[in-house]
Amino acid sequence: MFTYYLDLALRSLKRNKALTALMVLALALGIGASMTTLTVLHVLSGDPLPGKSHQLFYPQLDPQDMDGYKPQDEPPEQVSWIDGMALLQARRAHFQALMTGGAVPIQPAQSSIDPFFEDARYTTADFFPMFDVPFLYGQGWNATDDEASAHVAVLTRELNEKLFGGKDSTGQTLRMNDVAFRIVGVLDSWRPTPHFYDLNTGSYSADEGVFVPLATATDLKFARNGSTDCWDKGSSENMKTATCTWLQFWVQLDTPAEATAYREFLLNYSREQKALGHFQRPPNVRLRDVMGWLDYNKVVPSDVHLQVWLAFGFLLVCLVNTVGLMLAKFLRRSGELGVRRALGASRRSLFAQLLVEAGAVGLVGGAGGLLLALLGLWLVRGQPSDYAALAHLDLPMLLATFVAAVMASLLAGLLPAWRACLTPPALQLKSN
Amino acid sequence: MTMHPILAALRKHKAGVVLIALQIALTLAIVCNAVFIIGQRIERVNRPTGLDESNLFLVSQQWVGAPSGDDAASVEKLDSLQLTDLAALRALPGVASVAPINSLPLLNSSWNGAVDHKPGDTNEGSFHGTRTTYYFSDDQALSTLGLRLVAGRNFTAADVGHQGFRDNSEPSVVILTRALADKLFPKGDALGKVIYVNGSTKPTTIIGMVERMQVPGTGTWTNSFVWNATLVPTRMDANFSRYAIRAKPGQLDAVMRAVTPALYKANPMRVLDDDSVRSFAQIRDKAYQADRGMAILMGVVALILLCVTAAGIVGLTSFWVGQRHRQIGVRRALGARKIDILHYFQIENLLIAGTGVVIGVLLALSLNMWLMSHYEMTRIPVLYVLTGVLAMLAIGQAAVFVPARRASNVPPVVATRAV
Repeated sequence: MFTYYLDLALRSLKRNKALTALMVLALALGIGASMTTLTVLHVLSGDPLPGKSHQLFYPQLDPQDMDGYKPQDEPPEQVSWIDGMALLQARRAHFQALMTGGAVPIQPAQSSIDPFFEDARYTTADFFPMFDVPFLYGQGWNATDDEASAHVAVLTRELNEKLFGGKDSTGQTLRMNDVAFRIVGVLDSWRPTPHFYDLNTGSYSADEGVFVPLATATDLKFARNGSTDCWDKGSSENMKTATCTWLQFWVQLDTPAEATAYREFLLNYSREQKALGHFQRPPNVRLRDVMGWLDYNKVVPSDVHLQVWLAFGFLLVCLVNTVGLMLAKFLRRSGELGVRRALGASRRSLFAQLLVEAGAVGLVGGAGGLLLALLGLWLVRGQPSDYAALAHLDLPMLLATFVAAVMASLLAGLLPAWRACLTPPALQLKSN
Repeated sequence: MTMHPILAALRKHKAGVVLIALQIALTLAIVCNAVFIIGQRIERVNRPTGLDESNLFLVSQQWVGAPSGDDAASVEKLDSLQLTDLAALRALPGVASVAPINSLPLLNSSWNGAVDHKPGDTNEGSFHGTRTTYYFSDDQALSTLGLRLVAGRNFTAADVGHQGFRDNSEPSVVILTRALADKLFPKGDALGKVIYVNGSTKPTTIIGMVERMQVPGTGTWTNSFVWNATLVPTRMDANFSRYAIRAKPGQLDAVMRAVTPALYKANPMRVLDDDSVRSFAQIRDKAYQADRGMAILMGVVALILLCVTAAGIVGLTSFWVGQRHRQIGVRRALGARKIDILHYFQIENLLIAGTGVVIGVLLALSLNMWLMSHYEMTRIPVLYVLTGVLAMLAIGQAAVFVPARRASNVPPVVATRAV
């Protein structure tokens, strides 16, 4: 029966090519636009470390003075050197890392490559095991290197490709800002999206190319990128004693019980600091996990949300349009439907036949929508924004495109098919 | 022509009429708001920074192995490196003027704080200044950036000092934008008055006012102080530096090419890469790329929407014309002229579109209200909605014309034929 209906549907669609083309095109445009914007939203609001993100937490403290104090205010988004070091050395979590971003001039040994700037991350050793960073060669440094301010560095795969042609460079020397560093590890491809551990340097920016121990970078006064918030006397000559927050601190807490305990620890730390006179405000701490932190920072640009709404509005208009056109098309065939009814076809089977026709439009529209979505994403990738390169259609979105198209067209076919089935056969035959 | 036959005929096609009206309403709501967003973005992108942007470019560079700038001796060393660079750049042929500067409008790298006409004090929460961004430069800033001085005087060489990057000491003189000066001194008598920078107790004198200068940030967080800039006559000494350079007319490209070799010649211990030398046009381009992309996307979607709706009207009217073929023939046989048939379909469309736009106006306003509560939006001006209404009615009439003309060409003889 289905093949017969399909045959009827194709004949009917072929009979009025312009109308069919219009329905398919409208559906394809609506689906294409919706899927393009949804894919971008899907990519941007994704989990940067699936399976691990709910164990990673971002502690916040409020070490500011009473200037401009409001009780409901959120604590600063970063920590000062003093608090960061205190929390790091307390070792209350499974892993903890203190870090900040920067940029270093790299002076390649080969004269064929001019010196260039590379974005860098200055961090303590736990960064690598905590974020499950994959290594291609060697490994990260350890806590001893942190304490000794060792001149060691870890490169990303891309930078290793550029400097050493992709060969195992561990043990080799790299000159940065006129200082020699020993390469201890090379990362495999790794790009958590969004760049959750430091949102100051761009939520979706490409990640840094080189990693250096935090102590080493501060000793050598490497240039820093990111945000610095100061209060009171602000930045003195030395960032280590400055009343400024400028570092990110992350911890791994494996169970909810550990997270509760850690929050209590942060409160106690704040109380203790207040008692010592270091903190002036009442204890005000936060302990957000990765997704909570991204949510709080509203990393997905509001324009992207707006685009999704726009695309869905567009799809809605396209669907209303398709409903109208199908209605016209089906009602025009009342004569044919009347004959079928008179020959014994039930209302049910007529309804099924018309829905098959609507579904066929949906399938073709879906294929068109998929092509348009691929085109749309290709255009998005051509944009110079920093998340552009991430816009790719994955398998679930691809399937969703087809399901959405067919569902949409069936939905659009329901009303017209029902109206067309209602016409009494005798009346149609008589009027002809 | 009476309305009655038209209304009676419409009642026979309720579903189709409702669908077309709904489509027109939705299209109007979306297109009005999309065009409004486009308008807002264009306005944002086109606002002048206050700079004379042609022939202006920026060099950012970092020294390698330079002192840290954490003690007085190394600050002096860094300052002499900077002065060497400035001398080298000012000596280049084609250069009109050069100023060291920490940032530029639209560069999205800023140094912000607050100024007030009362001194800060150590008591809790007493300092409520006006937010501002600081531009640290020297006596060449106004001529290099092309800022227009509207009151007072420019910095002189004697005003210019220098300090380390992390040194927070306050300047003794500043030039403010007029917007900031008027906010601090609403009577307009800011010139010569004293202000306090970042809650300090050391007075700073306002010696001049420039007409307009935008802050470096382009994000929505800067909306509250976008024209509040303070120019400080201080060279910042750090292990990196930025120089704003004005080329003589027509020599921008040549000077931009000459800068890198000249700086390497003055001191090879530095790094300049592909992004180090950027014209102001490039900076502007990058700052507003997202707004431009959004405006283009909105424009394309609005255009396609209008086309889809127009095509839908053509399709549905064509169907109705086909269905009423015989009735049209009868009317013609009974004496209706071609123009009467044409008008019939045009008025019918006007009725449907009229209903559609009434619903559409309500939808557009509620959509705008929803956008206002969720995103950075303002109330949509009536003009946008009115234009949208007229445009929708015009599109409806244009779309209905072809099928209506076909209807008017139905010969009266059809009435006598069996279908």
